Amino acid sequence: MTSEVAESAEAVGVAPAADAGFLQRYGATIEYILIPGAALLGALAVFGVFVALYGKNPLDLYFYMYYGAFGTWFSWQNTLTRAAPLILTALCTALPAQLGMVIIGGEGALLIGALSATAAALALQGASPIIVQIAMVIAGVAGGGLWITLSGSLRQYRGVNETISSLLLVYIALAILNHLVEGAMRDPASLNKPSTREIGAVNMIGTIPGTDVHWGLAFGLAAAVAAYVLIYHTTFGFAARVAGGNIRAAKIVGLSVGRLILAICFLAGGCAGLAGMIEVAAVQGRTNANLAAGYGFTGILVAFLARQNPLAIIPVAILLGGISASGGLLQRRLGLPDASVMVLQGIIFVFVLASDALYGRIGFLKGKS
Amino acid sequence: MADPSIGLWTVPLAVFGGAIRVSTPFLFVSLGECITERSGRINLGLEGTLVMGAMSAYGISYLSGSPWLGVLAAGITGALFGALHAGICSLPRVNDIAVGIALMLLGTGLAFFLGKPLIEPTAPRLPAIDFGWWSDVPQVRAALRINVLFLIGVAIAPLLYWAFRTTRWGLLIRTAGESSDAARAMGHSVLLIRLRATMVGGFLAGIGGSFLSLFYPGSWNEGLSSGQGITAVALVIFARWDPMLCLWASLAFGGAAALGPALQSVGVTSGYHLFNAAPYILTLAIMIITCSPKRTLTGAPAELSITR
Repeated sequence: MTSEVAESAEAVGVAPAADAGFLQRYGATIEYILIPGAALLGALAVFGVFVALYGKNPLDLYFYMYYGAFGTWFSWQNTLTRAAPLILTALCTALPAQLGMVIIGGEGALLIGALSATAAALALQGASPIIVQIAMVIAGVAGGGLWITLSGSLRQYRGVNETISSLLLVYIALAILNHLVEGAMRDPASLNKPSTREIGAVNMIGTIPGTDVHWGLAFGLAAAVAAYVLIYHTTFGFAARVAGGNIRAAKIVGLSVGRLILAICFLAGGCAGLAGMIEVAAVQGRTNANLAAGYGFTGILVAFLARQNPLAIIPVAILLGGISASGGLLQRRLGLPDASVMVLQGIIFVFVLASDALYGRIGFLKGKS
Repeated sequence: MADPSIGLWTVPLAVFGGAIRVSTPFLFVSLGECITERSGRINLGLEGTLVMGAMSAYGISYLSGSPWLGVLAAGITGALFGALHAGICSLPRVNDIAVGIALMLLGTGLAFFLGKPLIEPTAPRLPAIDFGWWSDVPQVRAALRINVLFLIGVAIAPLLYWAFRTTRWGLLIRTAGESSDAARAMGHSVLLIRLRATMVGGFLAGIGGSFLSLFYPGSWNEGLSSGQGITAVALVIFARWDPMLCLWASLAFGGAAALGPALQSVGVTSGYHLFNAAPYILTLAIMIITCSPKRTLTGAPAELSITR
């Protein structure tokens, strides 16, 4: 999958190299595909060496990774199911990035979103399912949104660094979740794994017809497209990008930077909160500690790999969803520890960041003859 | 658990003992981060370094039978991670905060991967010095069983304070942190100074990790560190990049972190998770109180991206 992306990009980039106008127009776009693609391949190669040192055949590794991620219809469905929350948690990092903020607390917003959505569903037991589902969406978005807005307002009004505050809020969110799940919201019937009561089978959002992929994927795709339109095709998004580029200039032209920060943070957290709502309403059916599965943290990587572009997040989320979907197969067939997916993600992250140094330095892409 | 003869005194005593035991990783990570940040760079990856240090210390201690070799291995692992961070950051247009996040993920993943076979076996642990020999109360004795690493950490704090103020190295690190142009004009390589500062910072953070696996809690598992590294990074900001304040702040945080288990030991179990989150809530509260949007923090290195 990854090599195909990189190869096709190369084919596009090399074939019309003589046409300088083409490169001037699309050189930057090609760069945005070529460089992360190359970083991804480099990371896969290093991971292969790592696995070889561990005593496993790297070719087996690549085969099982492909097979477990995209090899069969079953694995495709598994991949897409995992991609849905990743798209949303990646937006939680990518939207504030337009303002130059580094928010890494998507996991916390996801947990709070899940908790609020569950609370809404439990409070509305007996209402018609569509009402319950709408209430869950609203509660999830509001819960997650307010959680990240907290980081944003601390940054705006108190000058607290948003990266650190959002990460601290992840641990606080997890503590709140555990506290409620083992206390006030606990289902007395859940003995081994403290959980809330079930939201009820009728209230689950179900799967897309003909597949085992739940509707959360549609939510994710819609959110990504909406975020793209918002950032690149509205005055609001333009204002956000101006403020992200030069905050002093933005203030001079009269933009209300504070309001921008709060609004963007609310939308970002709302996306992650929606991911939490989806995990409850489409997968778990209740809230418990299982929800802290790391989607929030992988989402950060997705956002950076997609260079904070909401549309690019979609394919990248599918790719990383695939990597995590193949984790089970790597454990069963190759006997690799479950943390191998984390190692690969870490290596990819390092390569992608290091590759930032390459932009604008690839000679033949500059459109000069 | 509660000894009736001392009753509720168990709680402050356990908090005191916990402050000493729990604060050691905070202390090492924050002192290490203090050096790195004074040189003008922030390493958020120390969370990963801490876990990696804990794993390698446990592994080497198990294989060699010597916990002190484990501590050394943890330090070296930490220094290597520091070198990786500094190496990537020295490339043009690379954001040090993002690299830190990446190394947090990589360090944790690698430690879980390589540490899988270490969950079962028991490695030799670091010895404790018994300062409570004069007392008959078991809780007092438990609270005063102090590890040598804690004493080393306490000694490093004033040493660093002195080194920053008076030595050539301290001046160079501060110059790189305040104005890279000035350091360059003096004929020094800023990248090299920051590389060394980040490696020393990683070395100390790795040792902080070895304390986790070799003394308290004293075993290797995947839930060993939950945000101590990142809390310590925030703590440096609160401590205004002053090593002595890092020491006091670490003790306060250790005490806060020990509150949950201490209350549980006397039978207060409700709100256990919330008390466990006390260090994070405290960090956030302190940052809210001490930061200001109007001015940069006093004592902040001017080159630091996180305070700009």
